[in-house]
Amino acid sequence: MKVASVRTLRDALSALRDAGPNVRILAGGTDLMVEMESGRTRPESIVDVWRVLELRAIRETQEGVTIGALASCTELLENKAVSLHADILVEAARTVGAVQIRNRATIGGNLGTSSPAADLNPVLFALGARVRLESLRGTREIAVESFVKGYRTNDRASDELITAVVLPRRPPHEKRAFKKVGTRRAQSISKVVVAAAVESNGSDIVRARISAGSVADRTILLDGLCRELVGRRFADDAAIMDLCRVQVDASVAPRDDVRSTARYRRFVLIRILAQIVRDAVRVK
Amino acid sequence: MKAIFDDAQPIELTLIVNGDERRLSAPPLRRLLDVLREDIALTGTKEGCGEGECGACTVLVDGRAELSCLVPCCQVNGCDVRTIEHDNLASIQDAFLEHGGAQCGICTPGMIVMTRAYLDQCERDKSSATIDGAREALAGNLCRCTGYEKILASVLHAARAERAR
Amino acid sequence: MSKFVGGHVERPEGRAKVTGRSVYIADLHVAGAWLGGTVRSNVACGTLRGFDFAPDFDRNSVKLVAASDIPGDNVQALIVDDQPILAARDIQHWGEPLMLVAAPDARTLERALAAIRPRIDAAPALFDMASSPRAFKTIDIVKGDVTAAFARARTAGHVEIVGEYHTDSQEQLYIEPQGCIAWPADHDGVVTVRGSLQCPHYVRKALMRCFGIAAEKARVVQMETGGGFGGKEEYPSVVACHAALLARAVGAPVKIIYDRHEDLAVTPKRHPSRVRTRALVAREGTLIALDIDVLMDGGAYTTLSPVVLSRGCIHAAGPYRCADTRIHGRVVHTNHVPFGAFRGFGAPQTCFAIERTMDKIARTLNIHPFELRRKNMLRAGDTTATGQILKDSVGSAEVMDAIAQKSGFDRHPWCAAEPNTAGKARGLGLSFFFHGAGFTGSGEEMLKGRVRVALLADGRVEVLAGSTEIGQGTNALFLAIAADSLMIAPEDIVIATPDTAHVPDSGPTVASRTCMVVGSCLTKACAELRARVGGSEQRPWRERALAFLRGCGNAEVTVQYVSPKDVAWNDERYEGDAYPVFGWAADVAEIEVDLVTLEIEVKRFYTAVDVGKAIQPALVEGQLEGGSLQAVGWSHLEVVTTKDGRFEQDRLATCIIPTTLDTPRFDVTLIEIPYAHGPFGAKGVGELPMDGGAPAVASAIEDALGIHVTRVPATPERLMIEIEARDTR
Repeated sequence: MKVASVRTLRDALSALRDAGPNVRILAGGTDLMVEMESGRTRPESIVDVWRVLELRAIRETQEGVTIGALASCTELLENKAVSLHADILVEAARTVGAVQIRNRATIGGNLGTSSPAADLNPVLFALGARVRLESLRGTREIAVESFVKGYRTNDRASDELITAVVLPRRPPHEKRAFKKVGTRRAQSISKVVVAAAVESNGSDIVRARISAGSVADRTILLDGLCRELVGRRFADDAAIMDLCRVQVDASVAPRDDVRSTARYRRFVLIRILAQIVRDAVRVK
Repeated sequence: MKAIFDDAQPIELTLIVNGDERRLSAPPLRRLLDVLREDIALTGTKEGCGEGECGACTVLVDGRAELSCLVPCCQVNGCDVRTIEHDNLASIQDAFLEHGGAQCGICTPGMIVMTRAYLDQCERDKSSATIDGAREALAGNLCRCTGYEKILASVLHAARAERAR
Repeated sequence: MSKFVGGHVERPEGRAKVTGRSVYIADLHVAGAWLGGTVRSNVACGTLRGFDFAPDFDRNSVKLVAASDIPGDNVQALIVDDQPILAARDIQHWGEPLMLVAAPDARTLERALAAIRPRIDAAPALFDMASSPRAFKTIDIVKGDVTAAFARARTAGHVEIVGEYHTDSQEQLYIEPQGCIAWPADHDGVVTVRGSLQCPHYVRKALMRCFGIAAEKARVVQMETGGGFGGKEEYPSVVACHAALLARAVGAPVKIIYDRHEDLAVTPKRHPSRVRTRALVAREGTLIALDIDVLMDGGAYTTLSPVVLSRGCIHAAGPYRCADTRIHGRVVHTNHVPFGAFRGFGAPQTCFAIERTMDKIARTLNIHPFELRRKNMLRAGDTTATGQILKDSVGSAEVMDAIAQKSGFDRHPWCAAEPNTAGKARGLGLSFFFHGAGFTGSGEEMLKGRVRVALLADGRVEVLAGSTEIGQGTNALFLAIAADSLMIAPEDIVIATPDTAHVPDSGPTVASRTCMVVGSCLTKACAELRARVGGSEQRPWRERALAFLRGCGNAEVTVQYVSPKDVAWNDERYEGDAYPVFGWAADVAEIEVDLVTLEIEVKRFYTAVDVGKAIQPALVEGQLEGGSLQAVGWSHLEVVTTKDGRFEQDRLATCIIPTTLDTPRFDVTLIEIPYAHGPFGAKGVGELPMDGGAPAVASAIEDALGIHVTRVPATPERLMIEIEARDTR
């Protein structure tokens, strides 16, 4: 195995280009080290970027917040700009593992792994984040829901490095929610995880972005539900439940696994979504 | 299975471990846990699972609590590493002894190091240690013997003792 | 006079534990040691035909041991000789050991294990215990005439209540995995094993059988052990035989340390159970008859199943007065990984069933569950299901009074309100239970457990016992007992390392017996030594001891356990005094249920326990808090399931136990009703807390949601099914 520990972005990108296709990126190691210990992966080549300090910076900008890919969960939940513009990212970061894991798990790592159970990714989907990718060939940005493409699969080319996540400023009338149902109250992978950003004009929902994890092979946006919510009026709670039920059954087919059952995931997802919608349509 | 972590050309490393400079040669992905336990013969840090789930391997890297079974040594080159063998843990150790915080003792080194990190955080925030705060801080350290009740009590007693000093 | 009993002595091994200087087996560096691993079966049932080796595998890089290399008997010595050390032909479970491999380093070992593939003809496997044709053990307990009682039921106006209850397996999850180091026979022919274990003499017995050697030729030394809970009662014998066989093959020490995945996959866990109860009750709540059927899954080999079934059956009718009782129990063979010892040892399973039955009776007859317990609870002078008249230390009323006073459960309108449908639902639930201390019936007589005390050359007293410190506080306990029995300071006492070469066999560290049985031998031995040494109490002990030694006095006292004279047990009819004495307890769980997700939060857990005498109250509380959390975890959080005979939870990420955030605040009330034959009045307490947590939480769930929980663990997935069923009715 070849391991290249780099200290600058430039060196990281060169190392990635030189390493060829079978390279893994090592940041905090909370995923890759576990994958290797379990025997699930045996990389030929590793580029260790943990000490590329320029990728840790979190900056408030005109447009919103730019979060360096190596910002750890701890750094996210301690950052004022993140609290201001991306409150549910703080909530989500707080549910990741426990203190020791939060000190090492990074936002770029969560994206790069693209696990369907990722805790931060649904928040990035709901907030309309963009993922910045750099290589020696140049820089590009892509909407996060286009970045994640399948089970532990994404749009990153083998010579590219995720360098930042760009979040827009918080819109004035947007309600947000985050809910993770895990196997226990800490140090747990989710059974279902939901993040929502719902904008209203005082009487109606004008825009909704609702994302779920652990109910499909990847983090998803519940587009159908989001479309149906725009301008919708509900007669009562039962009507909300019905809509959520119909939309969940139309968009996801959760599975049984060692953590939970398809039936429970469906049950909980519908109820969490119904609560989010209920809260969103409540008159202020 | 951990032979995979030793599967690369060794690199030269310098670490400050409990205040002492240590130079050694190790494969870059060799776990900090193994460097401590085998290369430096500091066996106080324990391996409970090897997958970052139990917290028994907790150490402080540049003051941050981290799971040494998930930290490859290439990432701690030049860093300050503190383990259960460090000498700034006395009030916590006394509290655990006096208040039943240790039963079988296997989780204890990780618990005590994590408590150090929590008390240091309280110091930085100028806040007091609380039961709920201690619960949150220690949520990544599993104990099967105590039911946590006396561990949490020990943390509060240690906080009190340190404040008194 | 007690200075230390009832107070606090520092754990002698405590400072080493908090400073990281304790030496657990994985910490022991042995120069020249090889590493050992195990080739295992990847099917649950079949015939081993041979092994294939990968073409690039260098056989000279390792040493291999197969069944044919075993010098003694290929038998894992325990109760019945049905479990081989290495399968020779017949494979009975997934992960069964087939061949052992030793290598000089980790990489070579891993490569070898990957390169060796067993060739197995798979056969149909049996996993459903209800359809197993073969019982390892059957037990029948009969008191009075249950059939007649049920026949009279209608005319008497009695109510029949029927229930079926299931408990899943549970993983002990000691934070230190299994492991040992074995040395090949030395120039005296002595094979030595050091390891993480609860019972050094069990391991010695296993080695004797494996090598065909006498006791003096097998030496077993317990290292500091990071938790056991029964999981290190019998299984360390397996690891020890493996390591010792490899050491013999290599001619050098061999270290086997399981990684967590292997430990989770192949070590014995709690027996799954199905218990059917049929209760006959008078309308005002008096229990008339109990007819209970107990079925447990023993897995592939007998191991300790007969004893687990025994304890489960003896406790199955609960701590209640009932003239006509029948308990029929079977533990059966399946092709699951063998199940084994875990704190409680059959009682948590049957206690769950009888306590749920009592709640069902309460609801059916509209009697408060607290009143129902109080009305029927056993008191001194009453007779248990095995016909034992309870004489000593019966704290039933006291623990019930205490739990009512602390929790207010007796004044709580249990299952009275309509369950909430939004937000959170709160619930309070009760369990009332007892647990026999010591080995069943004549078990302690047969064990002939012994303790020795001896003077060291410097005048200190050494306590020599085979009982092990595994976190529960054996060392501090013995220190306190010895100090007050000798009337000296703890500084003048040394607790010897459990090394079979030096300490007598005190019996295993199991069955809630260490304090009560071994401790009582210790008080007698110390009293005898004190009398022998004599001298004025004003003189310091060491002076007196040295004077005694100079006078060539016999400085050793060994005491063997003798059962109290009034204990009589009939093993064939399962009648009589099942245990010398019982511990008594009542638990109340206070929970909150999230009605969106059905997740349960146990907020407070009250437990009131009659322990006879708390030798070290802080240690006793620690046992009660720790054991209660294991039971609370089992009640709703700890999922252990199998698929095709393989445990699905093979990593700590999926085999979960409570974290600090899943843990209630504990409220422990210690009650002391001294037991005449226990040291300073103490009774066994180690397992008791495991029995009450699951039914107390289930009772609280019933209060919160109105559903009658019949399965452990009551996960959100299971509760959802119950709630949907209720809502469609």
